[in-house]
Amino acid sequence: MGQSLRVAYGEALRDLGAENDKIVVLDADLAHATMTSIFKEAYPDRFYNFGIAETNMMCAAAGFSHSGLIPFVSTFALFGAGRAYEQIRNSISYVNANVKLCLSHSGLCVGEDGGSHQSIEDIALMRVLPGMTIFVPCDPAEMKKAVRAASEINGPVYIRVARPICEDITTEDTPFIPGKANIIRDGKDVCIIAAGLMIPEAMQAARVLEKDGIDAAVVNMHTIKPIDSECVLQMAAKCKAIVTAEEHSIIGGLGSAVAEILAGKSDVKFSRVGVNDMFGKSGKPQDLFNAYGLNAENIINHCKSLLSKEI
Amino acid sequence: MNTISLEEKAKQIRADILKMLYTCQSGHPGGSLSCVEMLMAIYYKTANIDPKNPKMETRDRIVLSKGHASPTLYAILADLGFFPREDLWHLRQIDSHLQGHPDMNKTPGVDVNTGSLGQGISVAVGMALAAKHKKEDYQIYAIVGDGEIQEGLVWEAAMAAAHYKLDNLIVMLDHNGLQIDGSNDEVMSLGDICEKYKAFGFECYKVDGHDIDAITYAIKAPISGKPKFICCETHKGHGVSFMSDQFGWHGKAPSKEEYERAVAELGVEL
Repeated sequence: MGQSLRVAYGEALRDLGAENDKIVVLDADLAHATMTSIFKEAYPDRFYNFGIAETNMMCAAAGFSHSGLIPFVSTFALFGAGRAYEQIRNSISYVNANVKLCLSHSGLCVGEDGGSHQSIEDIALMRVLPGMTIFVPCDPAEMKKAVRAASEINGPVYIRVARPICEDITTEDTPFIPGKANIIRDGKDVCIIAAGLMIPEAMQAARVLEKDGIDAAVVNMHTIKPIDSECVLQMAAKCKAIVTAEEHSIIGGLGSAVAEILAGKSDVKFSRVGVNDMFGKSGKPQDLFNAYGLNAENIINHCKSLLSKEI
Repeated sequence: MNTISLEEKAKQIRADILKMLYTCQSGHPGGSLSCVEMLMAIYYKTANIDPKNPKMETRDRIVLSKGHASPTLYAILADLGFFPREDLWHLRQIDSHLQGHPDMNKTPGVDVNTGSLGQGISVAVGMALAAKHKKEDYQIYAIVGDGEIQEGLVWEAAMAAAHYKLDNLIVMLDHNGLQIDGSNDEVMSLGDICEKYKAFGFECYKVDGHDIDAITYAIKAPISGKPKFICCETHKGHGVSFMSDQFGWHGKAPSKEEYERAVAELGVEL
C-alpha cells in the first residue's frame, strides 16, 4: 500500500523507543519534515531539538553516545552529511561514536526545493569515512529493519531517508542482513544493482527487458558500506554486463563502490546510471527523475548498449 | 610520596611540556604553557576523577576543547598516575598512545577527542545534556582557547547550553590574547567576551588564569539553572621569559639551547 520512508522512519524510531530506553532522538528544527515528531509525541523526554544548528547537534550527539545513550540524529541529508561533515568526521566517525545519522530529503526526490536542498553527494561523503555503515532502504518495511539493525551496531551508521511515498517491494519476512545484498530477481544476461528509490525503476527495467528477450537480474544493494563484494563478483561472473542505478551522483556512490570491486577482478561490461556530475534543480520529483535519467528507460538503454557491445 | 606545593608542581609540568615538545620537535608550547594552572585547578583541586578507574561512571568529564594544548593534559594525567610518566617522552611518535591531539580511545583519562576547534565544547554540551537526561550529577568541564571561539560552532554550543540550562557545564576560556597569525584583535576581534557569554545566558567570572586559588574559587561558586563561563586571563608561553606573550611560539618546538634555557629558568631538575 506504500508509505513515505520518513514516516516509516518515525514509526520505527517510536517502536524502538518502546523497547530501548537508551534511544534518544536529536533534530534541528525539522521534526515535522524528518518525522522524528512521531517519536517526540511518544517520548517527549527523550527528544532534543537543537534548533537550526546542525554542526552543534552532531557533536552533541557524540556527547550523548559517550554517556552511554544511543542518539538517532535527523535533519536534511545536505545539512547533516554536507554542512556538518567535519563534525561527523572528527567527533563521530574518528572516535567510532555510537551515533545513528538518519538524514532525510536526500537526492533529487526533494523536488521543488531545488538544487540547494538536493543532496547528491551524501553517500560519497559518508562512504570515505572508516567504520561508517551506510544503509539506503528502498521501502517502508526495509526502513524499519534498517533502523533496528542500526541500533544493534556499535558504531556510526548512516541511513538515507528518502522523502516520497514508496511502493512496497520487500515484505516483513524479507531478510535484512547488513552487508548482505538481496538478489530480488535472478537473471543471466545483465545485472542491475540498485538501491533506494531506484529499485522500482530497476524492476520495471527488468520486466521490459524480459519482453525483449533479455534476462535481467536485480540486486537490492541496501547496504552501500560494507558493500557485498561477494555478491557483486558472483553476478559479474554470471552475467555479461552490470549496470548500477542510484539517486546520487555517479561519483562516489553505489556505482563507484561497485566499480572499485570490479576493477582488476572482472572484465564484465559495466555502466552507471545516476546524476551525471551536475546539480539538481526545482521540479516535480518524477519530472526530475526523467530529466536526469533516473528511470527504467535509461537503465534499459544502458543495459542494451552494454549487451550490444558484447556482441 | 613527596608532596610538593602546587606552585612547584606547575613548574614541573611546564618543564615536562617543554621536554615533550623538545623531544618530538613538534607541538604547541605557547597555548600549552598558558593553560597549566587552569587544568591544575580542575585536576588537583575540584574534579572527581580516579586515575585507577579512568572510565568511572560518576566521574567528572574534562574536555580540552583546545586540543593542541594536549601536552599540558598529558603531563598532568601522567603525574596523577593515569599512565607511566615515561610515556610522555614518546609524544607524537608512531605507536605512542599520546597523539598530537587528545584521543579518548588511546589515552587513559582523555574523555573526548578534540583538536578540530569548536567541536570539544559542543561535545561537552552533549555530555552535559546527557548527564541531565540520566539524572546524574557529575560536572562537565570544557576548556576553550580564545582563537577557538572565533568558530561559529562555539556559539551554537553556547546557545544550546543556555537553552537547556546546563548548570553542570563549566566553560573555561584560556584568554591569552594571541593566536597563530597574531593577536586576537589583529586577526579577528573578539569584543567583550564576558558580555557576549552573559548575553548568551551564562553566569560569568573573570579571574587571573595563573592563580590556581582564584580559578578554583570560580569553579566552586554555586550556580543553578544556567551554565558557567570563567574567563581566565592568561599569558601565552607563561613561565618561560622568551616565550611569554609571543605569538611566534604558538606551534614551534624549542631548539636544544632554547629548551635548556627554558628549563633552567624554571629551576626544575629533569
